[in-house]
Amino acid sequence: MAEIKNIAPSEHHDYQGSKMGMWIFIFTELFLFGGLFLVYAVFRTQYSADFHKAAEETNTFIGTLNTIVLLISSMTVAMSITAIQSNNKGRAIRLLLVTIVLALIFMVNKYFEWGHKFELRLYPGSVVLTNLPKGELLFFGLYFMMTGLHALHVLVGMILLTVTIFRIKSGHVHSGNFSLIENSGLYWHLVDLIWIFLFPMMYLIT
Amino acid sequence: MSNSETHPQVSYLEYQGKYKGILGWITSTDHKRIALLYLYCIIIFFFVAAFLGLTMSIEKMRPGQDFMNAQTYNGFFTVHGIIMIFMIVIPGLAAVFGNFALPLLIGARDVAFPRLNLFSWYLYVTGAILAVLSQLLKGGAPDTGWTFYVPYSAGSSTNVIWALTAAFVLGFSSILTGLNFIVTIHRMRAPGMTWFKMPLFPWALYATAWIQVLATPIVGITLLMVIAERVLHIGFFDPALGGDPVLFQHLFWIYSHPAVYIMILPAMGVITEIFPTFSQKPVFGYGAIAISSLAIAFVGYFVWGHHMFTSGISYWSKWFFSFLTFIVAVPSAIKVFNWISTMYGGSIQMRPPLLYAISFVFLFMIGGFTGLFLGALATNVQLHDTTFVVAHFHYIIFGGMGFAFFAGLHYWYPKMFGRMYSDRWAYIAWGFTFVGFNLLYFPQFIIGIQGMPRRYFDYLPQFQWGHFLSGIGAFILVTGLILMAWNLIYHKKRGAIAPANPWKGVTLEWQIASPPPVENFDEIPVIKHNPYWFGTEEEIRREKKS
Repeated sequence: MAEIKNIAPSEHHDYQGSKMGMWIFIFTELFLFGGLFLVYAVFRTQYSADFHKAAEETNTFIGTLNTIVLLISSMTVAMSITAIQSNNKGRAIRLLLVTIVLALIFMVNKYFEWGHKFELRLYPGSVVLTNLPKGELLFFGLYFMMTGLHALHVLVGMILLTVTIFRIKSGHVHSGNFSLIENSGLYWHLVDLIWIFLFPMMYLIT
Repeated sequence: MSNSETHPQVSYLEYQGKYKGILGWITSTDHKRIALLYLYCIIIFFFVAAFLGLTMSIEKMRPGQDFMNAQTYNGFFTVHGIIMIFMIVIPGLAAVFGNFALPLLIGARDVAFPRLNLFSWYLYVTGAILAVLSQLLKGGAPDTGWTFYVPYSAGSSTNVIWALTAAFVLGFSSILTGLNFIVTIHRMRAPGMTWFKMPLFPWALYATAWIQVLATPIVGITLLMVIAERVLHIGFFDPALGGDPVLFQHLFWIYSHPAVYIMILPAMGVITEIFPTFSQKPVFGYGAIAISSLAIAFVGYFVWGHHMFTSGISYWSKWFFSFLTFIVAVPSAIKVFNWISTMYGGSIQMRPPLLYAISFVFLFMIGGFTGLFLGALATNVQLHDTTFVVAHFHYIIFGGMGFAFFAGLHYWYPKMFGRMYSDRWAYIAWGFTFVGFNLLYFPQFIIGIQGMPRRYFDYLPQFQWGHFLSGIGAFILVTGLILMAWNLIYHKKRGAIAPANPWKGVTLEWQIASPPPVENFDEIPVIKHNPYWFGTEEEIRREKKS
């Protein structure tokens, strides 16, 4: 961290400041999901048997696969930050591309997972779901809302990483000014972190 | 003061950037221009919502239906609430005076993220347009009240989704402003300005910003859940689908009670700037005021349950929330005592900003005390959902936040526009506003205690005297507001040229030209003193030589 401290805050760019802003933004995202975690906790307590039964319906294999995919993508994004710090632009861009491809794999898996649920008519408002016990109904409501909101964040992260690639190419992001890639990386880790909580809640605790 | 004379930097109002005219404003990242953009929007929406309020008061001057039906009335009070809460009082002081004065007060050239700041304004405008559309589109104005309580908000056939989305977008704008201010205060204070040499308005904004950042996401997700219930039939709050409507109330008030402090804390901050300037005396109890802002923000987080005493929560949680509600009154009282003590022994100039500030203290105390009636468990059961509650929060929100807004506007007006308004007309407008306000809301305390429910379109004849007085008060109040607006708008171009420091203030914004130059300071000042240091002439001369 020693070399980072030496970067003097210029008139219009403040490295520490922009990182602080990103951290605060991440807090707000955690609180956003926190609301849903709270709702999950309330209903899990109220309908623990139903939640137990419903969680067996989720596909643990795809869930585990997606967890691994996201963990690797977090690693590649961290590696690309190291690459930019040592001024290796080419490697940084390649690693970011790998991250985006991994994110895409996550989304494709999610597509098949959700598609299967729709085939079983387990979507909100369907007759099958409405006739299930109330706890299972709520579980699937939470399942779609939480994984859906998370998938939206994956998309935003992908856009952010794409923008970062272009900014590296145009020379705005380099070893002397890497706030953007670092902040996109932080955001990507947030996406990963939220998934790490969603994964046991939706797939493992049966 | 000498800045502008020796080195004529162009003022932010005259500055010619890449674009001319209105484009030069809506693409500007200058914090002062963004502040004025917010100000103009807020004034326009304020008059729209005030007009709705006035028509409601007129309708209720006589029992029964006069010129609007019950459904229109429901739409009017909902729209009045949504505009006033989400578009005026929540962003209000922080976005207008925070943006304008924060960088000036801490000796910075702008906020930490100027482009993000402009983006917040665009989000605000988007949210505002959505809210206005919700009124006009087919389906009818939302009729849920600004609180969007389920199950009604999940079932009402009116444009509730538009209003929910508007509130969500406005919340996002508020989060980004808060984030910006936190980083600005941490990173951009002038050299020598330690935390406890920072003026008290930034302290208040700092506390506010943390609430904006940490509480708003909760209401964001809650509104999304209501949207999901309406669109996707995910029934988190619908008992038929296993959900729980009281859960909504919890989630809603976890944000919306702290939101009350988002409204009032910056108001207190503005007032704290005004008292020392017009008493020509350092603020009394600087540390106590700074810390009490943080204390209010912190304790204010844990009192949301007092909105739900009659919704069926457990005995012990009622007791707990009631106790904490009483606790949160303590730091507010500390501030009141400090403001009064600041005036004690000072050389008081009773100019319009101070007059508004003193009326703020008076009205805020009435609002605060009646808040304790509502926070007490036994009386709450009697007073819940009566016009007593309406009167209480209008005393806090309008009498508190609104009057502080007027105070701030009259205080920083010379700095904003470089012109003076007419003191005489400001006093006259104040007279109408103050009398009209009290006549409008005070009777509602009394008929509330007698049992008049809030949000009712019709009522029993014994409540008519109260509604009738309220209606007359509403007319007087609106007259005052129009006079005030006229005074400020008319003198914006025609008023006498304002000197750099018309009130002999000592904080940094008064040491630069009026209106301030584009980059605020030619040279970033170095801070040596407490922000409210009124040195003797001898001391100031010695200071200048060194």
